[in-house]
Amino acid sequence: MNDERPPPPDEPERPKPAFAPLGTPPAPPIRPRAGDIIHTGPELAVGEADVRSAERAEVVTGTSLWRDAWRRLLKNKLAVFGMIMVATITLASITGPFLIKQFTGLTPHYIPTDIAALKSLPPFTATDGSFSWLHPMGTDNQGRDLLVRVLQGGQISLMVGIIATLMSLIIGVSYGAVSGYLGGRLDSLMMRLVDVLYSLPYIIIVIVLLSMFRSQTARGQLILLFVALGSVSWLTMARIVRGQILSLKNQEFVLAARATGVSTPRIIFRHLVPNTIGPVIVYATLTIPTIMLTEAFLSFLGFGVQPPIASWGSLTTDGIQNIAIFPWQLICPGVTMGLTLFSLNFLGDGLRDALDPQMRKV
Amino acid sequence: MLRFIIRRLIITIPTILVVITITWGLIRLAPGNFYTGDKALPEAIEQNIREKYGLERPWHEQYLRTMGQILRLDFGTSLRYEGKSVNEIIARSLPVSATVGILAYLLALIVGITVGSIAALKQNSKWDYASMTLAMLGISIPNFVLGPILVLFFSLTLYWLPPSRWDGFPSKSVILPVITLSAIYMAYIARLTRAGMLEVLRSDYIRTARSKGLSETQVVIRHALRGGLLPVVSYTGPALAFLLTGTVVVESLFVLPGLGKYFIQASLNRDEPLILGIVAFISMTLLTMNLLVDIAYGYLDPRIRQ
Repeated sequence: MNDERPPPPDEPERPKPAFAPLGTPPAPPIRPRAGDIIHTGPELAVGEADVRSAERAEVVTGTSLWRDAWRRLLKNKLAVFGMIMVATITLASITGPFLIKQFTGLTPHYIPTDIAALKSLPPFTATDGSFSWLHPMGTDNQGRDLLVRVLQGGQISLMVGIIATLMSLIIGVSYGAVSGYLGGRLDSLMMRLVDVLYSLPYIIIVIVLLSMFRSQTARGQLILLFVALGSVSWLTMARIVRGQILSLKNQEFVLAARATGVSTPRIIFRHLVPNTIGPVIVYATLTIPTIMLTEAFLSFLGFGVQPPIASWGSLTTDGIQNIAIFPWQLICPGVTMGLTLFSLNFLGDGLRDALDPQMRKV
Repeated sequence: MLRFIIRRLIITIPTILVVITITWGLIRLAPGNFYTGDKALPEAIEQNIREKYGLERPWHEQYLRTMGQILRLDFGTSLRYEGKSVNEIIARSLPVSATVGILAYLLALIVGITVGSIAALKQNSKWDYASMTLAMLGISIPNFVLGPILVLFFSLTLYWLPPSRWDGFPSKSVILPVITLSAIYMAYIARLTRAGMLEVLRSDYIRTARSKGLSETQVVIRHALRGGLLPVVSYTGPALAFLLTGTVVVESLFVLPGLGKYFIQASLNRDEPLILGIVAFISMTLLTMNLLVDIAYGYLDPRIRQ
């Protein structure tokens, strides 16, 4: 799978001409390693033109890899369904509260001044019991519109999912890449640490962390949540990236980069990491729903987001209190959340099949 | 094999120490203390409390003392449940959690393996798509949404099952918590079984078994399942960890007096001995289980021992 992935086009790293113009710093020394094939002068001279044409050719195959994946993704009906749902829900969460405010004046925290409206209305019902479009998801205990609250909650839930995933991405990719590329004793030490962390009952530790450092402000608690969730979910990412790097690091383009004197961090982050992007995207897509689920779970236990901020998890939890009388208060946010996670999972599965045909579960 | 077990043990013991240390560190690093509440305590009383619990001594002494106690499996006395030892609380709540957990896992195994095998045997049929969509649904719906919906339906509409109560094992009160808890594992196990079976079903030894003239049932049960279930075996470890978080939710939802419920209470109360005791107990159980799973896996698949 990795063989078909081309090295990234990297302009500044092209072999430098032997006759460096005056005033430029000397080219970094080439550090050959045992077993490396050292190319000599004449070949370098031919190199320039060859590298260019080869590069151009590789760019073409590069796009076609992604186009290929895209075509495979579009063939997968469930993945397309997931993609459309995720896009719709994300868009609705971002623009919805604003639009609803424009048209009806309802906001997530708007409590009606009319005493008669201060109660839970079923979906599509006006205060007098007749049909109305005003509250498509009904209202909560205090007469707040549930649709706006669910959309606003979606912003928070998606934000938690995305930010914590980004955090785990940054930690996991750097850790895995460094460990895989440097190898040796450091690698086994780093991976042993991952093994140890892997077998921790991390959710228990997150609960202790969140309950002990419980923030007084809702914003503080949200940030704590990002940190807590992000810092426990990078382990699998690190393992995946390490595996990728191990299979990439002995390929010619790395040898070429090393031969031209590219520094180690640059080899790792400019040459190797971009080539692991396929599996990373797939795993990140699958991490988002997991993290959203964990957030909801923590909110259910009272350790997640705090009012006035609401997420799908906390809205669902509020709904559970009133399940016998006002079931829509549980069902509306719960089903929205379920649908989103469902779609994200399908999208992730589809992406895996599309980007990684060998991993495909026949 | 012995070397393999010893190597796993060498990782396991430090891991337990790491968990306890992290938990202890978090409790101690957090601002405030267990006795700080809304009201400020008179200084003399605070002084007495600090002396009683040895909080005046240097931190490493306190740490070593706590660790020593935990390693001797003596978890001390709860700070909130006066006069109750942590061991007593664990002994009383463990059977509840274990009952629900084990039943849920068994249910998940039975249903998951059956559904997954059928989906694999009838690949790309209506059954396959239906069961895999259902499995994805099971993975996506949080158990605290599923639980109340089941309660709404079976308890509040049909009046068949109690919405929340614990009457011990053979009783109606077990059904809803077990179903709620097992839904997600059923889904995972079904997916894993399907994937594993699909891979095995097209392997050479299955073709050999078929060409020997074995009946399809024998091929599936005696030959395919054995290889196809390897991923399910390796999932047992993570599943137990998940089961743990699941029980926390399910115990809160159905108000079951289990370990998870006590753990949440202890965290909210900042009941240090109880938190540490439960964390230590849970990690020990979990890691022992993981070890057993590893050994089982090493036994089933000799390649892994290297």
